[in-house]
Amino acid sequence: MADVIVIGAGIIGAACAQALARRGLRVLVLDAGLPGATAAGMGHLLVLDDNPAELALSQYSLQRWREQAPALPDGCAYRSNGTLWLAADAEEMAVAHSKYLNLQAQGVACELIASSALRQREPELRKGLEGGLLINGDGILYAPATARWMLDAPNISQRRARVSEVDGNRVRLDDGQWLSAEAVVLANGIQANDLCPELPIEAKKGHLLITDRYPGTVTHTLVELGYVTSAHNATGPSTACNIQPRPTGQLFIGASRQFGTTDPQVEGWMLAKMLKRATAYMPGLAQLNGIRAWTGFRAASPDGLPLVGQHPQRKGLWLAVGHEGLGVTTAPGTADLLVAQLFDETPPLAAQPYLPQRFLKEPVYA
Amino acid sequence: MPELMLDGRALRVAEGTSVAAALALGGDGCSRTSVSGQRRAPLCGMGVCQECRVTIDGRRRLACQTLCRDGMNVETQA
Repeated sequence: MADVIVIGAGIIGAACAQALARRGLRVLVLDAGLPGATAAGMGHLLVLDDNPAELALSQYSLQRWREQAPALPDGCAYRSNGTLWLAADAEEMAVAHSKYLNLQAQGVACELIASSALRQREPELRKGLEGGLLINGDGILYAPATARWMLDAPNISQRRARVSEVDGNRVRLDDGQWLSAEAVVLANGIQANDLCPELPIEAKKGHLLITDRYPGTVTHTLVELGYVTSAHNATGPSTACNIQPRPTGQLFIGASRQFGTTDPQVEGWMLAKMLKRATAYMPGLAQLNGIRAWTGFRAASPDGLPLVGQHPQRKGLWLAVGHEGLGVTTAPGTADLLVAQLFDETPPLAAQPYLPQRFLKEPVYA
Repeated sequence: MPELMLDGRALRVAEGTSVAAALALGGDGCSRTSVSGQRRAPLCGMGVCQECRVTIDGRRRLACQTLCRDGMNVETQA
């Protein structure tokens, strides 16, 4: 049987399973086929610096993605196309400048782009934007294919099954069967609350639209700086311009955030608000054909950081949840943190900011 | 009776014919080739499924929602 059972075959579960299998462990991955974030998201790989812990995890993970990139099959659609953060006014340009200084100090390659140079880099942007911040090492990938690739290993077996209960290092499937292993890893995003109601995970709904193919329209992933100030911190529904070119020439257009709903229905008013926001930065988008729109759910924690480590009150159960919109980016770092803790090794970056006990109290076991 | 060009060949159709119908009358019925190389064709016929994206006079349109006009240039290879 398996040494470790991983619940959830999204990008986080897949990265954890791959890292464990590379240590020679036999891993069983259970997935219920429920909708989550991995198959719905943009697959944007980006460094975020809202706080030092977020920067540490995203910067480390980006480095790991770049190391792995040559091994990724074509279908994973990895590109290192950079993120261009857009400043609409002087206030946002000041934010760009302070991010620039912060990222430079941490060794993240980036450059400030003046207003005049912005449209040389991205000719479709509207005139009159204040400038931007280009993060050179950011990238994109197609997360569902990447998760499948990670799980395609001799030590990993996969099973379509719904877990109805977890009890430390044991899980009960909905057909009543119990499975056990040395450790169980919970990596099932917004469904984590169903198995561990004590987890402070909240679903944040997002809409996304993809256009027909328009190669060469956009080069970098374009995100408004208001994304950091408005979308991330707002408590009500919000939108932010987020435009990403896919290798097919298609464009992803996002992004939206809504709380307090788990209804996957595309909502016309929200989609319209989101597209209107994007066209405010790139008017020509209005002439393109959108061919699909859908929604997904980010599994958000109260402080925006994931929970990575052993559950303090459920020995044998390990958590890798709460990545919000950054799971694809931080999957490699999450997996390395989890494996280091499981093997009782020194992790490659400080594990403390991501430990579950910050929400769940101190461990009850020795 | 509008006459259009379909992949370089002239095609005359009845007034009121949709481009989707013209594809069936004068071509292989397909509107485009997908990123994985598959030929794709109209499905829903009512502007929802987006399968019938086709290049008309250099721009992507939905074949089922576009009526044939005289001198129109329709290309299905892209």
